[in-house]
Amino acid sequence: MCRMSEFVVREAIVPALTATTKEGVIREMVQHLQAAGQCAGCDAEEVVRAILRREQLGSTGIGRHIAIPHTKHGAVDRLVGTVALSREGVPFESIDGQPVHVLVLLISPQDRPGDHLRALENVVRSMRDDNFVQNLRQAQSVEDIWKLLQPA
Amino acid sequence: MKETLRRSVRITNPQGLHMRPAAAFAELAGRFESSVSVANASQTVDGKNWVELLLLAAEPGTELLLEVSGHDAARALEALAKQLGASSVEEQHTANGQV
Repeated sequence: MCRMSEFVVREAIVPALTATTKEGVIREMVQHLQAAGQCAGCDAEEVVRAILRREQLGSTGIGRHIAIPHTKHGAVDRLVGTVALSREGVPFESIDGQPVHVLVLLISPQDRPGDHLRALENVVRSMRDDNFVQNLRQAQSVEDIWKLLQPA
Repeated sequence: MKETLRRSVRITNPQGLHMRPAAAFAELAGRFESSVSVANASQTVDGKNWVELLLLAAEPGTELLLEVSGHDAARALEALAKQLGASSVEEQHTANGQV
């Protein structure tokens, strides 16, 4: 439930984002989730706004070209998310001022704080591994990325 | 006088130590000269780094061990223990005189 291989929706993975702004890439990721059948009844724009409101409290650009935008939202009944890569890099008001190339989006149901915490922990823990991040950045396809997320 | 102080703090925020309270705690910790670490049963992380605090995945009811070491350890321990044990970010802000 809380590992990336469990909450990342394979069909929503974006190996090459086209948007170049923080808001744009967040929207692109949410739209991919919706197109993959997740959050089917929800208003994508509303989810994007919720994520951006969360970003205003503090950027999820955690440095080393990684961002972990997330929100809790009533539109989902289980943890869902996606992984997206930007070749050009996106300005994200990151803690180290660097543009972001790897994004992990997480949307949690409103009423599962434990799952939300464990999911964030798993993402942060995975991203501490420089080899993992490097491999992700070199991935070319949905399949490449999906394989990297599977437990060893 | 440099000293090392420790206190066990129970997480009471119903959302646990997620990003907002972790970031607020780390920001406060950064204002003190003392080093700050926070530990759960299995690991110890740097309390001035909110991303590391997320590694604790501390749910409500969890006991964390707060350790501070430095010349302002006593002041730091009081302020940080209050922050960490607060039941909401708003309560934390009020307790520490922040807007």
